[in-house]
Amino acid sequence: MDFDPSYTAQQFKSVGTRPLRPDGVDKVTGRARYGADFNMPGQLVGRVLRSPHAHAIIRKIDTSKAEALKGVKAVVTAADLPDLTDGDADLYAILSNCMARDKAFYDGHAVAAVAAIDARTARRALKLIEIDYEVLPHVTDVDEAMKDSAPLLHESVFTDGVDPAPAKPSNVARRSQYGHGDVDAGFADADMVVERTYRTEQTHQGYIEPHACVASVNNDGTGELWVCTQGHFVYRQWCADLLGMDVSKLRVTSSEIGGGFGGKTHVWAEPVALALSRKAGRPVKLVMSRDEVFRASGPTSATSIDVKIGAKKDGTITAASATLRYTCGPWVGMWAELGAMTAFAPYDLKNVRTVGYEVLVNRPKVSAYRAPSAPMAAFAVESAVDELARKIGMDPVDFRIANVAKEGTRASYGPVYGPIGIGPTLEAVKEHPHMKAPLGKNQGRGMACGFWFNFGGQTCTDLNIGADGTVTIAVGTVDVGGSRASLSMVAAEELGIPYEQVKAIVADTSSLGYNDMTDGSRGTFSSSMATISAARNAIRIMRARAAQMWGIPVEDVVWEEGHAKAAGAKHGNLPPLSVREIAAAAGNTGGPIAGHSELVADGAGVSFATHICDIEVDPETGQTRVLRYTVVQDAGKAVHPTYVEGQYQGGAAQGIGWALNEEYIYGKDGRLQNPGFLDYRIPVCSDLPMIDTQILEIPNPNHPYGIRGVGETSIVPPLAAIANAVSNAVGVRMTHIPMSPPRILAALEAE
Amino acid sequence: MEYVLPASLNDAIGLLAGAKGNAFVLAGGSDLLVRMKGDFIEPDLIVDIKGIGELAQIVQTADGFTVGSAVPCAVMGENTALRKAWPGVVEAANLIGSKQVQGRCTIAGNLCNASPAADSVPALVAAGARAVIAGPSGKRTIAVEDVPTGPGKTSLAKGEIVEAIVLDKRPSNSGDAYLRFIPRTEMDIAVVSAGVNLTLGADGAVASARVALGAVAATVLLVSEAADAIVGTRLDDTAMEKLAQACSAAASPIDDKRGTVHFRKKVAGVLATRAARIAYERAGGK
Repeated sequence: MDFDPSYTAQQFKSVGTRPLRPDGVDKVTGRARYGADFNMPGQLVGRVLRSPHAHAIIRKIDTSKAEALKGVKAVVTAADLPDLTDGDADLYAILSNCMARDKAFYDGHAVAAVAAIDARTARRALKLIEIDYEVLPHVTDVDEAMKDSAPLLHESVFTDGVDPAPAKPSNVARRSQYGHGDVDAGFADADMVVERTYRTEQTHQGYIEPHACVASVNNDGTGELWVCTQGHFVYRQWCADLLGMDVSKLRVTSSEIGGGFGGKTHVWAEPVALALSRKAGRPVKLVMSRDEVFRASGPTSATSIDVKIGAKKDGTITAASATLRYTCGPWVGMWAELGAMTAFAPYDLKNVRTVGYEVLVNRPKVSAYRAPSAPMAAFAVESAVDELARKIGMDPVDFRIANVAKEGTRASYGPVYGPIGIGPTLEAVKEHPHMKAPLGKNQGRGMACGFWFNFGGQTCTDLNIGADGTVTIAVGTVDVGGSRASLSMVAAEELGIPYEQVKAIVADTSSLGYNDMTDGSRGTFSSSMATISAARNAIRIMRARAAQMWGIPVEDVVWEEGHAKAAGAKHGNLPPLSVREIAAAAGNTGGPIAGHSELVADGAGVSFATHICDIEVDPETGQTRVLRYTVVQDAGKAVHPTYVEGQYQGGAAQGIGWALNEEYIYGKDGRLQNPGFLDYRIPVCSDLPMIDTQILEIPNPNHPYGIRGVGETSIVPPLAAIANAVSNAVGVRMTHIPMSPPRILAALEAE
Repeated sequence: MEYVLPASLNDAIGLLAGAKGNAFVLAGGSDLLVRMKGDFIEPDLIVDIKGIGELAQIVQTADGFTVGSAVPCAVMGENTALRKAWPGVVEAANLIGSKQVQGRCTIAGNLCNASPAADSVPALVAAGARAVIAGPSGKRTIAVEDVPTGPGKTSLAKGEIVEAIVLDKRPSNSGDAYLRFIPRTEMDIAVVSAGVNLTLGADGAVASARVALGAVAATVLLVSEAADAIVGTRLDDTAMEKLAQACSAAASPIDDKRGTVHFRKKVAGVLATRAARIAYERAGGK
């Protein structure tokens, strides 16, 4: 296709307005179908047995008593999910995580599962499964796990990325490095240096909807999976690979999603549900409990990060370095690497070096969490930047502006930036009334910057013109933040018809070509590009049909305001043809009218934000209260400003929870102490102020409308902004996230 | 599992006394159902007392108030006379769980669940509340602090039910208050809590006081040294400091996921002084 994705400035009619989202009423009235709302005739209840040990060899599993229990239709263990991964280490990690093989690597690791006629029978059956464990020493702390004396998770892991290759196995799975220039020379040039170590604890995405699916495998090798996911095409691929099915014979339908934030980019119990269904010969519904969600799905890394930054008295940063140690759970990821890439992205630095270490620990397998790895790196770097600004005697906003990255800057992670929004967000913050508002006793203000890459990826969209001229678009990116509304607006814009005449659906894996997941803030960016392309293809067909109806050359037909118009004086008297009129005649002019698009959406514009936060601290208890919060972020072009603001606010809310109270707490026995929302404290409504937002629009040159992804960046600055605010309120530098009341009180008393 | 909704207290006692296996009383169910869903208990018998009319009332007598064990905490909050007489007890009851939970939960259930972090219990202990217990061998009345004996354990014998919580009539110039520390603003469980109940003398100084602490020991603590620290004073700074010290000293908490020993000891003192000031103001102290 000759689709040109370049940005062209244009006036919008539909894009930029704020219509109601099409899925809203169903969601607030309870009619929307989430993962657990699907049911099939004859369906069984699936339940998973999980290891109570943080680290243990599984000597023997005896399922005979469970299998003999009346009402039990299938029991599966690792033996029912044979290794078909053919040397693919990432896939093997997914397999081993879905069902422990020779070893249980964390408290909550799945070791067996049952399918039974009801929940009570399934629960009883789990109690009848006998497992002979050999409990091993465990390690959950990132720094402890790196020591030579630490219990080793895998004998076969030798640190990758180190030359020469180490001779001894280790929990440090990989080392990565980024940067340019001469850091040592840069520090030698500095008048002031700040150097500190920071820690952040592990958090969970905290989606309210637990993982849920219904799996149905037939004995002819076909199957269906209804599931709550951010990417049904990717789930299909992994499930088919792990079960030895043909990809095209497994049909995956995504449900409405009650939050994902990266945690639903990974399969957890879905392959197990399919294995149970295959063995039982009946559909199996598997819904994880909250306890299971916390113990065995999706947390982010716990980290330990050293940062050193040096600057001249005039405020020029001369050198910056960071060493980032991130937990991965039991299998290697690229979490520290993402931290190492993002850490100094907002700045124009001559000399910069970051080193990341991927560390294996006896905790659940880490998965993406909204701008994965960037918030912790930003917390460490932006805390140090703030401290250095104060040391020099510069305003922290001015100090950042003096060193800010701009078009043409070589990013610390390698590429040269195009037009970017970090400078404008800082200028906007400098002028924002929030920065000038007075503060009271025990109150402090902080600000911080954040960056995220954004992603484009493989995308496929169908646009079908109905016989009455209304339009359906079938997209393959799961709608996690209102993208059906946004994509309908884009289709309406391109076709020149009202938003109300477009209906968007998320198509299942058998109805549409492959799509990457809704991750990397790519949903609206990539599917809008494909929607524009599909609409332009449909317009081309409609112009041809109009030409046919009129009996004139197609070159003489233009598309304007939702109509085919005959151009030029010689056709001056022909009245324009509407989409409806062209569609009504389609049966006589060549059949149904549709536009398709398959593309790789390259050039997702990078995203920057700057946040401001006011905090009050009770000096006697360490209690904090967020008084005011402002998000300034570049959207490229805000398709639906209300949902863009919602993304800004949602990321800030999650960041506030992470900064102040959320953390995985492990006991000495390696068991998770707080697998529930009572003691894993996400903010409740009354904990948050109204989060103020300001949308900047610096067009992305690689998208026809200038759109950038907006979903993730908003969680990057909050940890640092809040840490800077608390530090300013109490006069003590806070270096450990979350800044829970006991930690703040202890820091105050230590001072 | 059998679920029974008896119509009378005697029927409930009979069911519990004759039960084989694990029998549980369901008042609001806000703890029981959570424990069942979490797979912590598997009851053989559940006796729901919400259908027993005599347990569902707040009765004001010449001696004070009798709060039936099936009265939801939200109903306590709607009782103007009770709220006026015992504002600390009512505010504690209305901190339990969420608005929805308060429509079901009861202070008797909160007491019998025997959590050291129970919100209403420090306020009840400070108030000198008593529990009327009915059982197969008749009725007895004991101080509320004698009901829980440790986390999840009570002094109730088989077949016994708390019938009501009794709160005395207030002398004039009295006030009570309850404060808890939670990291969030609501929907949370006390990390430390303090209830203070006091009566002022004619001279405006504290004539008598009771101070109770929650979540700092296996059961709610009644701290007489803390009360002694403020009796005879107008809550001057020295008295407040002594009160805080007495509370911090009496507290013997544990380190756990909700807080550290050090944090709890310190904040126990902070909350007690703040609660004392509120109680003092409510009593008319200046």
